[in-house]
Amino acid sequence: MSERAAGQPKSRFPYVIGAGGLLLLFSISVAISVGAVSVPLHTVWSILINQVAPGTMEQDWSKGREAIVWDIRFPRALLACLVGAGLAVVGGSLQAVTRNPLADPHLLGISSGAAFGAILALMHTGMFLGLITVPLFAFGGALAATLLVLAVSQFASATSADRLILAGVAVSFIVMSLANVLIFLGDPRATHTVVFWMLGGLGLAQWCHLAFPFAVLVLCGAYIWANAGKLNAMTVGDETAATLGIPVARFRLIIFVVGALVTGVMVAFSGMIGFVGLMVPHIVRLLVGGDYCRVIPASALFGAIYLLWSDIFARTIMAPEDMPIGIVTGLIGGMFFVWLLRRRAR
Amino acid sequence: MRTGHLVAKDICWRPAKNQPFLLHPVSFEVYPGRVLGVVGPNGAGKSTLLRMIYHYQKPTTGQIMVDGQDLWGMSAKAAACKVAAVLQEQPGAFGLTVRDIVALGRTPHRSALSSSGAHDAEIVTQAIARMQLEHLSTRNFDTLSGGERQRVMVARALAQQPQVLVMDEPTNHLDIRHQLEILSLIRSLGLTIVVSLHDLNMASDVCDAILLLKDGHCHGFGSADEVLSEKLVSDTFLVTAQRQKLSVSQNQHLTFHLPT
Repeated sequence: MSERAAGQPKSRFPYVIGAGGLLLLFSISVAISVGAVSVPLHTVWSILINQVAPGTMEQDWSKGREAIVWDIRFPRALLACLVGAGLAVVGGSLQAVTRNPLADPHLLGISSGAAFGAILALMHTGMFLGLITVPLFAFGGALAATLLVLAVSQFASATSADRLILAGVAVSFIVMSLANVLIFLGDPRATHTVVFWMLGGLGLAQWCHLAFPFAVLVLCGAYIWANAGKLNAMTVGDETAATLGIPVARFRLIIFVVGALVTGVMVAFSGMIGFVGLMVPHIVRLLVGGDYCRVIPASALFGAIYLLWSDIFARTIMAPEDMPIGIVTGLIGGMFFVWLLRRRAR
Repeated sequence: MRTGHLVAKDICWRPAKNQPFLLHPVSFEVYPGRVLGVVGPNGAGKSTLLRMIYHYQKPTTGQIMVDGQDLWGMSAKAAACKVAAVLQEQPGAFGLTVRDIVALGRTPHRSALSSSGAHDAEIVTQAIARMQLEHLSTRNFDTLSGGERQRVMVARALAQQPQVLVMDEPTNHLDIRHQLEILSLIRSLGLTIVVSLHDLNMASDVCDAILLLKDGHCHGFGSADEVLSEKLVSDTFLVTAQRQKLSVSQNQHLTFHLPT
């Protein structure tokens, strides 16, 4: 990075957040507007405003359109925002505590663990705890996979950055195999749905479901943001962070557990959406610099925008079919990963 | 800046109960503003000793006192306000600027949720100025040279406002010019410093006292003239050491050969 460009990130931060906020509003509007039935932007806003403050808008739209906008597309857009923001924030914080720019909940096997837990609940145990069953099992699976990755990296003495990722990939393969066994053993009629869900999709979004990802994102995001200074210190090294008074091992474990919680809940509602946590923080650092006080909120914002547009793309490329969004993020994220490897090699 | 009085009483360390000691009991004292050099062959226990002082590994037995307070009786945060360390770890490529890195030094002085105030910013600015890094303060740390990075890490330690500074091989991987700059910096800081060094001549130039370690045992503690004698150095490092007077500067200088 040139000296001139590096000198600006801090003062640029308010503008980046302001512009990002406007872009987010615009992206949500577009996401609601486009689809099999196209709804003009002004109608979208009229419906939304009328829902919040009934009677303020003259009703010049059909009931069907209102249902499409308010019951289907708006919750879907909000779910995209929550999942994108959550995965990006988790990716950024995992990168700091593992001191590894390649860390990502998907690459580290956390998403696979969450998928395993969710499949267990969906196909085998049933919803014995109600709506919360799947997210809870997904969190359990994510946590188990996280601890497994940490144990494997200890066991294989894979403490270096690149080898931790290899440990994650290994665990990811093992857990995915086990998840596939669960699918294989399950009810064949449900197989199609579960496999599609696993490829990633926001099509099941409903208002009554949004509370879980929202609550988890707000609480965990706030915790991570409040500890941004510690995340900065962790990028220097374990021993140096310890000399700054940070309980290094405990803090890393907490971030992993928080990451598993967010990833688990996001996977439960949207399937496996990879590479968001890898990509977004890197792009954000180019905009606002490396200080985590700025990286965390900016990652949340741009993670939301990124997933909104990925979903718009996935819904429109083969309309009226919904392409699984995991295919889109995998394609973009994989290419980004290659670019990142090349940049690091130089 | 207040500088501390460091006392180590019979500190020793082993990884676990049934394992051998990597460092056997050693005692020493460093007066305020003085520099203690820790020297010895590879694997002598230098890093172990330093880790106990910068609050990373707890001594198996023994005590470390800073200004009469037991370092391991206080919280990690309180200890971090007393002892800072410049280690060989290098920050990863996360796009932090020089100022971001130096500001990390304020971490232990802040309470959990408060952001950095004007007072912290002032201290960070002073630390940057003291290390003459003003022109680099907005630069990305990853783009700096080895010597510049080392100065940033020292500035970070100064922003911590410690009473004792620990430095682990600060001259490693630096060219001669930057090695000499770091040594003169050590002299000029006026802090109580514990520094591990490989170069015995540099150690005798810069340190007020020397602690000589080998295989986890203390082989000498005292002034450089006493500890870095021909016999002791020869025995410890398994070389033939000779103390010679340089003809131009009249300084003492050690030379080393493989024993024949």
